[in-house]
Amino acid sequence: MTLSLRSCLLATACVASMLALPGFTRADDLNVVLSAPLRSLDATTSTARITRTHGFMVYDTLLGLDGDMKVQPEMASYAVSDDNLVYTFTLRDGLTFHDGTPVTAADCIASLKRWADHDGAGGKMMGFVKSMDASSDKEFTITLSAPFGQLPDLLAKPSPIPAFILPKRLAETPKGEQITDMTGSGPFMFVADEFQPGVRAVYEKFDGYVPRDEPASGNAGGKVVHFDRVIWEVMPDIQTAINALRAGDVDYLESLPTDLVPLVEMSDTIDYGVIKPVGSQVTGQFNHLLPPFDDVDVRRAAMYALDQEQILMTAIGNPKYFTLCASIYGCSVPLASEAGSEYLNGSADERMAKAKEILAASDYDGTPVLMLQPTDIAVLQAPPIVAAERLREAGFNVEVASMDWATLSSRRTSMEPVADGGWNMFFTFWGVEGIWNPLSSVLIDGTGDPSAWSGWRKSDEVEALRAAYVAAPTFEEQKAAATQIQQLVYDQAFYFNGGEFMSLSAWSADLDGIVPGMVNQFWGIHR
Amino acid sequence: MIHYFVKRLLMAIPVMFFVAVFVFLLLRLTPGDPAIIIAGDQATQAQLETIRENLGLDEPLLGQFVTWMGNLMRGDFGVSLISQKPVLTLIGQRIGPTLSLALAAMSLTLFFALPLGVMAAWRHGKLLDRAVMIFSVLGFSVPVFVTGYVLISVFAVNLQLLPVQGYRPLSEGLVPFLQRIFLPALALASIYIALVSRMTRASMLEILQEDYVRTARAKGLNESVVLFRHALRNAAIPILTIVGTGFAMLISGVVVTESVFNIPGLGRLVVDAVLARDYPLIQAIILLTAGIYVLINLLIDLSYALTDPRVRYQ
Repeated sequence: MTLSLRSCLLATACVASMLALPGFTRADDLNVVLSAPLRSLDATTSTARITRTHGFMVYDTLLGLDGDMKVQPEMASYAVSDDNLVYTFTLRDGLTFHDGTPVTAADCIASLKRWADHDGAGGKMMGFVKSMDASSDKEFTITLSAPFGQLPDLLAKPSPIPAFILPKRLAETPKGEQITDMTGSGPFMFVADEFQPGVRAVYEKFDGYVPRDEPASGNAGGKVVHFDRVIWEVMPDIQTAINALRAGDVDYLESLPTDLVPLVEMSDTIDYGVIKPVGSQVTGQFNHLLPPFDDVDVRRAAMYALDQEQILMTAIGNPKYFTLCASIYGCSVPLASEAGSEYLNGSADERMAKAKEILAASDYDGTPVLMLQPTDIAVLQAPPIVAAERLREAGFNVEVASMDWATLSSRRTSMEPVADGGWNMFFTFWGVEGIWNPLSSVLIDGTGDPSAWSGWRKSDEVEALRAAYVAAPTFEEQKAAATQIQQLVYDQAFYFNGGEFMSLSAWSADLDGIVPGMVNQFWGIHR
Repeated sequence: MIHYFVKRLLMAIPVMFFVAVFVFLLLRLTPGDPAIIIAGDQATQAQLETIRENLGLDEPLLGQFVTWMGNLMRGDFGVSLISQKPVLTLIGQRIGPTLSLALAAMSLTLFFALPLGVMAAWRHGKLLDRAVMIFSVLGFSVPVFVTGYVLISVFAVNLQLLPVQGYRPLSEGLVPFLQRIFLPALALASIYIALVSRMTRASMLEILQEDYVRTARAKGLNESVVLFRHALRNAAIPILTIVGTGFAMLISGVVVTESVFNIPGLGRLVVDAVLARDYPLIQAIILLTAGIYVLINLLIDLSYALTDPRVRYQ
């Protein structure tokens, strides 16, 4: 048996032509690569950002936050009684669930109860609620025992758990049990048969969805869908994702690392930019229960030793995509203020001198600080190393323990001593949409309660001010309370505010109509 | 032979049991909490406790083990803690791409490595032999992700002959399947081509010194008949061993290739499951992988008898 050169070339040509590329995507599909895998579907119990984004696909909310972070009607409009004790909600026409049943007031009440069971701020709101009653299929009232001006904001908030409306039969699932039936009334229907956890989620346009007439803005306004299907994929390798975008396999990358921007800039067919109007705040958390950070002076010394710019330069790299600010609620939100900025201002050297001075005057006895470092979250890999060096320079004895994020997430819940699996400090980051007011932010919980978020800060003054914030009827009064809280958070060194960074996205240049919002949203967008 | 086969299968039961116990204990002793993955980073302690209670993670370790083993005996591998889907469904979704990739890579390996190894041995010390050895060292030394990126850059991004990434099952057509499996299979095969061609060469060099090879040549047999019918068959046992274990390694070690080419296979599933501390899923995958190793080792042993008439099992 012999093969001539000609027959070899012919065979190669045949194989090449057989494999030659046809188009890979359907024109009526939007192919999206998200930065995290969707595994858990229950957006009524999970605070995970990806699950929340999934929630906004399949569910709708009674109220929404527009691009200026103002509350707008979404599924319902509302009116408040003169004494601020009765809120009456009226559902708009044409609302149906994906199974064809109409959305009723009873569904809304059941959904709000489930939401309040799982969302911290929602639970707080329920402390003010005397009753929730349906006066008809389209109207219900929430009667309060005392004025609670935050009610509309909470029903509109996009994070950590939005007040999604789902059918009563699903909303009555026992507390803590995950919902797996994804029937909602949002603009997209979840295609359960095509769901591969961690790999792929498919959404189809819900033909029964009636968008509002107003233009889309933030999470509010008309959610007009232009694609028949939106397909979420996860690509564990960002280089592969960029190659896929360049080749036209996918249309949109949720997350583009700043160091890979040059790759995208080389292409004429790709646009990139900041879609999410608010960024993410990097925070260094102190464990207030254990020495040495059970001492406020030691925490203050640590806060002075750390430097926002150094932290963000190592984490993000490009100053174009981060902002240094004192606001604990995010740099560009309505409650932002400069209170407490004296703890962050000054050059790195000046701050270090101050840190040394405070630490020397404190009771710090050289107790080691155990700094947890996650190795699998790119943004959080460097800050603990930089912080550890700065703290050492200030006089702290610091040990760094490297681990994966899952291990860190588990360890940060431990209230035990370091030797028994506890911790002293770690870094994390928060989407501003989750910390933009004193009620939503778990970081300024000053109860010291074991059930609070890690760190277990204790401050009766902060708790009193949070109560004042909740009771404040006007924005001016709310902002005054929020500003005082911020000052106290710095005075008592609740945690280190590492500044805010913006997330970049990249998309095919033939896409238009992307609606900036606090979560990725796929209405409005079209080719 | 059948008696031997059944005996070996029965011997696998205690092996699998010890694997199950080991995996269960190892996972429970590893730090991490699936409740946090479900609830998200902003969840408070109170929310986490509710979820742990709901998933039964607050029960004593022995109770959890007994429940799991009891279900396992009934063929129930459990439900993923995170996605709430049956773990066998999840594995079923992912095993196809991995098996396809492993089979394609092994086919390419055999297609290239056997002739290369035989030719290198035949031309021992000559240019061809040296070329094969250089390729072999290169293939074994270059990490698979580098080979993958180079292949993507050349064939997908620049020449646009093949897709950059993704997977299509065979059920969607042969052409889409081949389009997407070819580059990852080639990247993955590069290491095994190097390994198997080297092994084939070494084995063939030994056999080619045997008297019966000289006799076959003296009888005037065609060189290809001498090489492939007489020599290669007798050199097959070490090659079969390396191919068999290589196939098992392919199935359990394709995670890098799956990530670079975005193939939704078992490798990525196990990494995701480990990062999420999805205990039932990890346990099932490890049991499955252990089962594959046991089965492949058995098949390798049986194949010895098929290739070498002197080997017989009682």
